[in-house]
Amino acid sequence: MLISVIFIPIGVASLLASRDVVEIVDRYETDCIPANYTGDELSFIQDPSSNKTCSRTLTVPKHMKQPIYVYYQLDNFYQNHRRYVKSRNDKQLRSADNANSTSGCDPEDRANGSPIVPCGLIAWSLFNDTYNFSLNNEALTVNTSGISWKSDRDKKFGDNVYPRNFQNGTLIGGKRLDPSRPLSEQEDLIVWMRTAALPTFRKLYGKIEVDLEANSTISVTLENNYNTYSFGGKKKLVLSTTRWLGGKNDFLGIAYLTVGGLCFFLAMAFIVVYLVKPRQLGDPSYLSWNRSPSGH
Amino acid sequence: MPRTSGRNKGKVRWSKLYSFSCLRTDTVEDATAQQFGGPGFTRVAFCNQPNLHKKGPFRYPNNSISMTKYNFVTFLPKSLFEQFRRVANLYFLLAAVLSVTSLAAFSPPSVIAPLVFVVGISIAKEALEDWHRFFQDLKVNSRTVKVHVGNGDFVDKPWKALHVGDVVKVVKNDYFPCDLLFLSSSYDDGLCYVETMNLDGETNLKIKRCLEATLALDHDIEIKNFIATIRCEDPNPNLYSFVGNLEFENQLHALSPSQVLLRDSKLRNTDYVYGVVIFSGMDTKVVQNSTASPSKRSRIEKKMDYIIYLLFTVLVLISLISSIGSSLFTQYDMKDWWYLDPSGHDPLFNPKKSPLSGALQFVKALILYGYLIPISLYVSIEVVKVLQAMFINRDIQMYDEETCNSAETRTSNLNEELGQVEMILSDKTGTLTCNQMEFIKCSVAGVSYGGALNEVDLAVSKRMTVDLEKYLSTIEGSGSISQSFDMFQFSISDNSIQKAVKGEDNIKNSNIGNEIYARVGKESTIKGFNFKDEGLLNKNWIDKPQVSDIAMFFRVLALCHTGIPVEDDETRKLNYEAESPEEVAFLIASQEFGFKFCKRTQSAMVLKELDLSSRVEIEREYKLLNLLEFSSSRKRMSVIVSDEDGQIFLLCKGADSIIFDRLANDGKLYQEATNAHLSDYAEDGLRTLALAYRRIEPAEYKKWNSIFTQAKTTIGPEREKLLESASEMIERDMFLLGAVAVEDKLQKGVPECIDKLAQAGLKIWLLTGDKQETAINIGFACSLLRHDMQQIHLNLKKEVNKHEKVLKEDILVQIETAYQATCQEVNKDTPFALVVDGKVLEVVLQSDVRFQFLQLAVNCASVICCRVSPKQKAMITRLVKDYTGKTTLAIGDGANDVGMIQAADIGVGISGMEGMQAVMASDFSLPQFRFLERLLIVHGHWCYKRISKTILYFVYKNIVFGLTLFYYQLYTSFSGEVLYDDWYMVLFNVILTSLPVIALGVLEQDVSSDVCLQFPALYQQGQRNIYFSWTRIIGWIVNAVYASLAIFTLTIYAYSNFAFQKEGMVGDIAHLGATMYTCVIWAVNCQIALVISHFTWIKHLFIWGSISFWYIFLLIYGALPPIDLQRGFRVLPEALGPSPMYWLVTFLVVIVSLLPYFVHIVFQRQFYPMDDHVIQEIKHYRKDVTDSTMWLREQKKSKKKSHIGFSGRVDAKIRYWKEQLRQKKQLIHRSSASSPFF
Repeated sequence: MLISVIFIPIGVASLLASRDVVEIVDRYETDCIPANYTGDELSFIQDPSSNKTCSRTLTVPKHMKQPIYVYYQLDNFYQNHRRYVKSRNDKQLRSADNANSTSGCDPEDRANGSPIVPCGLIAWSLFNDTYNFSLNNEALTVNTSGISWKSDRDKKFGDNVYPRNFQNGTLIGGKRLDPSRPLSEQEDLIVWMRTAALPTFRKLYGKIEVDLEANSTISVTLENNYNTYSFGGKKKLVLSTTRWLGGKNDFLGIAYLTVGGLCFFLAMAFIVVYLVKPRQLGDPSYLSWNRSPSGH
Repeated sequence: MPRTSGRNKGKVRWSKLYSFSCLRTDTVEDATAQQFGGPGFTRVAFCNQPNLHKKGPFRYPNNSISMTKYNFVTFLPKSLFEQFRRVANLYFLLAAVLSVTSLAAFSPPSVIAPLVFVVGISIAKEALEDWHRFFQDLKVNSRTVKVHVGNGDFVDKPWKALHVGDVVKVVKNDYFPCDLLFLSSSYDDGLCYVETMNLDGETNLKIKRCLEATLALDHDIEIKNFIATIRCEDPNPNLYSFVGNLEFENQLHALSPSQVLLRDSKLRNTDYVYGVVIFSGMDTKVVQNSTASPSKRSRIEKKMDYIIYLLFTVLVLISLISSIGSSLFTQYDMKDWWYLDPSGHDPLFNPKKSPLSGALQFVKALILYGYLIPISLYVSIEVVKVLQAMFINRDIQMYDEETCNSAETRTSNLNEELGQVEMILSDKTGTLTCNQMEFIKCSVAGVSYGGALNEVDLAVSKRMTVDLEKYLSTIEGSGSISQSFDMFQFSISDNSIQKAVKGEDNIKNSNIGNEIYARVGKESTIKGFNFKDEGLLNKNWIDKPQVSDIAMFFRVLALCHTGIPVEDDETRKLNYEAESPEEVAFLIASQEFGFKFCKRTQSAMVLKELDLSSRVEIEREYKLLNLLEFSSSRKRMSVIVSDEDGQIFLLCKGADSIIFDRLANDGKLYQEATNAHLSDYAEDGLRTLALAYRRIEPAEYKKWNSIFTQAKTTIGPEREKLLESASEMIERDMFLLGAVAVEDKLQKGVPECIDKLAQAGLKIWLLTGDKQETAINIGFACSLLRHDMQQIHLNLKKEVNKHEKVLKEDILVQIETAYQATCQEVNKDTPFALVVDGKVLEVVLQSDVRFQFLQLAVNCASVICCRVSPKQKAMITRLVKDYTGKTTLAIGDGANDVGMIQAADIGVGISGMEGMQAVMASDFSLPQFRFLERLLIVHGHWCYKRISKTILYFVYKNIVFGLTLFYYQLYTSFSGEVLYDDWYMVLFNVILTSLPVIALGVLEQDVSSDVCLQFPALYQQGQRNIYFSWTRIIGWIVNAVYASLAIFTLTIYAYSNFAFQKEGMVGDIAHLGATMYTCVIWAVNCQIALVISHFTWIKHLFIWGSISFWYIFLLIYGALPPIDLQRGFRVLPEALGPSPMYWLVTFLVVIVSLLPYFVHIVFQRQFYPMDDHVIQEIKHYRKDVTDSTMWLREQKKSKKKSHIGFSGRVDAKIRYWKEQLRQKKQLIHRSSASSPFF
């Protein structure tokens, strides 16, 4: 009973918070394939010369208060695969002195005889789609700083570590990094290096720091570079606001309401049964030797 | 060696006294001579030439014994082998080996450390125990004994230095160092007394007799030239047989068991004996009789093995799923996952060789899900049990102030077994009794003296008065005539009750008033004499009318025995030494009555007795003419003496039935009264003997004596028969004087303890090496037997030489008929008692009749086995254990109980007595029998509950944790990635969840110890094993699976994809892992809080401390500089802490995962409460204080109705009286109905 009293309000509150969140999701990986490449997406994405630019329009359903977070969502991408998760070297990321420390980064540890910085599969497969937003033909700036955890920027990724020998191997993975900027400033990498727990995941791309009015349309110019076609993964662009509880997630609210309701029901059931068949606490007649007439 | 004439007892020619068996044939029959040298009879011992036995064909082991399991070389391999015979340990070893290869799921230290810890602790324990045994051996081996070294010189040598052929000299009260051939003793006629307590538990002394041929070797100097050869049987465990011969001075002499002195028996009443070593060290019969001490495991532990197997199956299953999943993913999907660079360097994920990858994954998964099989379970249980044992050892209520001993747990892994005992097999001497006889009562010339009331009567009267008062109060209201009429009858019908009530008051008064007197009295009490009746003491009897009979009675007591007076140097008082403690008690009693037996010479006995006419003490000498020995078939003993006037008397004492049959017609004057007294005494468990005498005319004596002497000198098989008939001729037409009752003194608190144990539903069997009569008496004294019980005696028919098959048939028939009787409806309410003899058991245990026997035994309320050998004790115990499947507890104190102690599920040794063998072999040792009650009903009950809760909870928490690991695999394409940081995993079992469960295992108690004792019924929860039944186990596993699902799904869904806080950051693997781990920690720790019913601050500290420690750890861990693949970096302060989502999810998950269990216990408590729940509630509401009648009533009701025990006896007596009352009432009603007034 007590539980239900506590649970139901929490459930309502979190549901409200979740309902307050405005979220726009746009799936683009199939629509951004030019018609002549339909059915042969792999060669499209692997062809360095093909034009990857694609434009989309999004309609804002409700007023969106800033900051509006821009996410990309990948699907069927096993960032949590053991081989993948292990393929990094935190020492190397932290300090320029440890450039040679590439243990665990196999197979992306060294290229052309010298170590890769940052090494490992994770960095190598960095997401490289880009998004440009404009509202009424006026460019919306997307702030890509402050999208990673502060501790990562300060402690895990050194400000004196510069990408070196990156994406120079025979196989090109994902995005190339600007060798002139230290890793601590390359927040897209930092976000990417935080491996997701589930095969479907969102990652923060940037923040739009203006309010968006309802029914306004945003046009997005994106570059569809990242290869999800070989494993049939979806790509989505997500714009979302947040509330105190985070993003638009009804689950917690529903769960609280359900559990609260269940507890309420159980409590009522107990009360009813108790009224029908009361038992005084400490009633000796419930002792086993009193219950069976034969004694034992 | 010069002899002082003052040592009168050594001078006595005992052969005169023991007229039956002193003359023996010395020639060896040809048939037996031939078998020596053949198989089974190869042993040759060259007396006085031990050098011949140090090498060559007759090399035999020396006399050192070793009971240790290991030695320095074999210890490590052997004990390691023992350890890795456990499946779980083997699995962990495998995991440890694999952890250093590339397949490792965790870092090697996190796998190896716990294994080393577990195995290390077990091995250390083993080593310590063996070390103790080693020291015990050392102590025994270095005891010294005098050994002949040539030229008639004897020097002290340690026991272990003895060899076959050595001649040793053993002095009084020393143990024999090995099996010896008895050569000669300090007595002229080559007798010695031996106490065989350690061998067979029999308390009476045995007489051993050397060969006539070696009789002369009774001085050190004569041993010098002694050369002889012994040929005999090979070492064997049979204590009562010996076949061999002695070649001495070119003559062969046959040897019998009576010439063999066995190791571990003790020389008594004899100054010294000489003997030749026949069997030494491990060849001795005692050592051969001992069985290797088995390592015992409790039932719960055995069941735990099954749980482990179950979990192992689950483990293999999910590992299989994982590996198949992994290989499928690797083969079909991974080639498309370019970001993994699946070009095939990694053997674990090689799409081209996916089956191999799958196999490797399988091995890896086995290790990964190792959390399902809790290695820490073994460690924790070990720790818990050691702590439990400490609590048992420290229990002040099991501390014996007299011996300064406390209970000791010698094998800690049986604690919980104590809570499940259903059958107790108890030794008698030293365990239930003190091995001390006390003269309590006597009936002289038809009048009973001594001891006013027994405890049963007191208890009955108490209960009846309570009933009476209740009855009175009910009547007061109505006040009708008829009821008061009933009342009237009620009060008059039982004068005896009234008397009893009065007696009780008297006792109370005397207790309070005469405390000082009592203290003085205590000091002056004489050992073996507990008789308080002024009627006979202080010469008061002299004025009684039957004074001559009374005097004769005392004379019989003082003369009819085989004891010898020994002067105490300090007090100048006489002490007595005799074959049995009974006789000593009689002699002391007669001394107190004024008939002091002060001297025994070869043919005369001197009494200091009161002259009836002059009333002064005078010394009288009685000539001892003949002594007719006591034997178990004759059941009587007589002496024929003539007094100073030349009058010849036959003085006889014996079992009542035997004596009553041999009374003269005019000798039955007191028979009726005596008989009534005898049955009273017997009911109280006293050992009774009837005394009678007969005056013999000199002429008749002369005639008889010639017949008797002739019989005595007869050689051959008829001898016994002739003697029998001769004694039959003279032991008749006797005049009954009365009867005596001695108490085989029970240890303190024994009847009460047996009573409580019986109420708790335990069955108690008495296994003793003593005589049937003694055993039955003790049965009565302990209330194991009652007079209204139907006793079933299984006995062998007289004819000894029958074929075994015939014997078996005979016994089978006896068993069958008895079994039929117990099964009959009519006898439903009559309790049965089974009394079995050792000889019967020998037949029964060897054959297939066992099962029928056991069926019968289980049907009986109490079982008494008498004259059983140590081996039989062990066999019975094993039989009961195996056939009934019940948990057995054996309790004993002597070396003869070792076998039984080892065979039983739990062996308990009584410490503080002499000899430590029983204690060394036992699992628990107690200073007193009465502490068994507390050990079982309190500690056993607690430990059982604690351990079962601990194990179940352990299984629960590891399943919860292990399965979350597995579920995650479904999301990682079975790649073997772990959601949690390595350190979280290590900490889970080590710190974060271990302390609360240990606290649960050590401190949990459902009800307090007083309540345990007040409600013995609670003990039955253990017997029925309701806390560790499969339904419970499965229930907990289901609960665990549910909880893991709840934790996993809720967290996953709450965290999937969406930003989990205001800053828009999305949770990654580190956040999800930390959150889920938090949920696991909360859930399992809150679960234990629900399990615990008895909170102490320690438990609160541990539970909530564990949870807060997790947060503290996370903070500290997160603050450390980041290292490779570390996932705890700043997780709590930066990401999770500020996020309300994290806290809400934790809260939700904890509630959801515990909800079913909570509902279950609420439902159970509310509608189907168990006994302990109700009692807890009663205690909680202090109802026991406010409503004490209810409290007491329930206590009474909770006691299981049992036929044995003190209260069983009280019940029976009350029933009997009520029955009588009803009959009387009916009678009165009938008469009143017929009378015209009504």
